[in-house]
Amino acid sequence: MKPFTLLTPATVEEAVAMFGQHKETARYMAGGTDVIVKVKEGWMGPDYLINLKQIPGLDELHKNENTGELTIGSLVTHAMLEQSLLIRNEYPIIYDAVSNIGSLQVRNMGTIGGNLINAVPSADGAIPLIALDGTALLAGPAGERSVPVKDLFVKPYETVLTPGEILRKITIPAQAKRTGSAYIKFGRRAAMELPLIGIGVLLVVDEDLVTCTRARICLGVAGPTPRRAQKAEDLLEGKPVTATLLTEAGTLAAEESQVRDSVRGQAWHRKEMIRVQVRRMGIKCLDIINQKAQQTGRQV
Amino acid sequence: MTKTISFILNGDEISCDIQDHWTLLHLLREELGLIGTKEGCGNGECGACTVIVDQLAINSCLFLAADVQGKQIQTIEGLAVHTGSLHPIQQSFVDNGGIQCGFCTPGMIMSAKALLDKNARADKEAIKHALAGNICRCTGYVQILDSVEAAGRQMAGNQGKGAAAAKDPGTITQQSMNKKAGEVIT
Ligand SMILES: Cc1cc2nc3c(=O)[nH]c(=O)nc-3n(C[C@H](O)[C@H](O)[C@H](O)COP(=O)(O)OP(=O)(O)OC[C@H]3O[C@@H](n4cnc5c(N)ncnc54)[C@H](O)[C@@H]3O)c2cc1C
Ligand code: FES
Ligand code: FES
Repeated sequence: MKPFTLLTPATVEEAVAMFGQHKETARYMAGGTDVIVKVKEGWMGPDYLINLKQIPGLDELHKNENTGELTIGSLVTHAMLEQSLLIRNEYPIIYDAVSNIGSLQVRNMGTIGGNLINAVPSADGAIPLIALDGTALLAGPAGERSVPVKDLFVKPYETVLTPGEILRKITIPAQAKRTGSAYIKFGRRAAMELPLIGIGVLLVVDEDLVTCTRARICLGVAGPTPRRAQKAEDLLEGKPVTATLLTEAGTLAAEESQVRDSVRGQAWHRKEMIRVQVRRMGIKCLDIINQKAQQTGRQV
Repeated sequence: MTKTISFILNGDEISCDIQDHWTLLHLLREELGLIGTKEGCGNGECGACTVIVDQLAINSCLFLAADVQGKQIQTIEGLAVHTGSLHPIQQSFVDNGGIQCGFCTPGMIMSAKALLDKNARADKEAIKHALAGNICRCTGYVQILDSVEAAGRQMAGNQGKGAAAAKDPGTITQQSMNKKAGEVIT
C-alpha cells in the first residue's frame, strides 16, 4: 500500500482545516472499508488520510422523543444500526437494508456516512434514508448547510459535497402514524454481494388502514444514483392500496427506472424484479401497519 | 509517518512503533510474527484475516494499525491457554471436522468467538449470519456450522441437545433478529 500520513482531528472544524491545508492530496476516512481497498488497489493515492473516527459525537444515534426526530451520526456503523432495537422496531426499512451489507466484519467497520458519500448506484444504506425523507447536515469551509438525502447524489462516485465538506449527520423527521416500510436487497445472495436491484417502499395510510396518504418507492442499481420512482409514488397516493394497485405501481417504477445490462444481471430481469418486489414490499408495509394497529387496538 | 502505539494484545499490554499506512494484519504478521491470522484476499472479501477489536470481529486487512491505540485485540494465538489446552471453539472444530486445509480456520474461529462471547446460545441462523463473511475454499460449511453450534452449547454450560437451546427465549429473539440470514452461506 502506498504510504500516507494519517491525521487525527479531534473536531469537525479541525478536520476541515486539515483538508484546507492539504487540499486534493488529502482524503477523509471513516470506516475505511472503501478508502483502504482503493488505496491498496492503487485506485487512489492520497498523501494524507484524515481519520474521522476519533471525533467525539459523530457516532450519535438517538431519537428525540419530543419531536420524534431521529439523528444518525455519519460515523454510526451498519452494525450499530442493525443491533439497535429502536431501528429494528421503528425503522424496519433501515434494518432490512443495513443487516445485509457485506459481512458482519464489514458492518462493524463501515459507516452510514461512508456509504452515502461513496455514492455508488447500489449503496444499500442510501435507499431507506431517501424513503424516510432524511436530510444530510454538511459542514465545510463555508459553514454548515442541509441537503435532502435524495439530492446528495450527482452520478456514480460523485455527490454535491464541495471539496473539504464533511457529512456530520442525517436527520429523519418524525414518522407519520400508520407508517410501514421495508427494503429488499435482491440478488443471488444477500451477504457479500452487491444487489442486482435494491427496492425500498414506505407507505403511510389513513385511519381506514387502506387509503395511501404518502408513498415512497426508492430504487438502487436502477440508474446512475439511488433514486425515487415518483410516478409510481403518485399512482399510489390518495388511493386504497391493493395488490393490483401495487403491481401497477411496480410496473410504473420499472418503466421509469434506468436499469442496464451488467455482469450481475440483465436489464429485463431487473425490471421484472422491480415489478414483483415493489408489490411484495408494499404488502410487507401494510402487514407492518396492520400488526401495529392490532397491537395498539387501532389506537395508532 | 512513524508513531508509537500501545494496546492490549491477547491480554498483554504492548507498545510498538508503527507506520501510518500499516494495516493491523501487517502489524500482526510481519512485525509481531503472529502468523496465525491469515491473509487471503486483502480486500475484506474472505474473512481469513478476522480478529476481534474491542469485542467486534473486523477484517484486519482493512483496519489501520494506528486505530488499535488503546484497544483490546484478540487473535487466534490468544485462545488456547498456556498449558496447551484448546479453547472450546478450537476443540469443537477438531472434534466436528470443521477443519480441512485450515487456512480459513483462524478467521472462522475468531468470527465464532465474537458471536458466542455475546450469545453462546446462538442458533444456526445466527451463526450463518455472523460467519457469512468467512469463506472456506475447501467448502466444509456444514461441519463448520456444526462446530460453532456445538462449541456454543458447551460454552453456555448446556450439555443437552439442540432442542433445549432452541426453546430458550434468548435464542428465539436471536432467531427472529436474523431471520433473513437463511440466504447466506451455501
Ligand atoms: C467486502 C465488502 C463488502 C461490501 N458490501 C457492501 C454492500 O453489500 N452494500 C453496500 O452498500 N456497500 C458495501 N460495501 C461498501 C462499503 O463497505 C460501504 O459503502 C461502507 O458503508 C463505506 O463506509 P466506510 O465508513 O467504510 O467508508 P470509507 O471507506 O471510510 O469512506 C468512503 C468514502 O466516503 C468519504 N467519507 C466517509 N465519511 C465521510 C464523511 N463523514 N464526510 C465526508 N466524506 C466522507 C471518504 O472520503 C470516501 O471517499 C462493501 C465493502 C466491502 C469491502
Ligand atoms: S484477507 Fe482480509 S478479508 Fe480477505
Ligand atoms: S478449511 Fe481450507 S479454506 Fe477452509
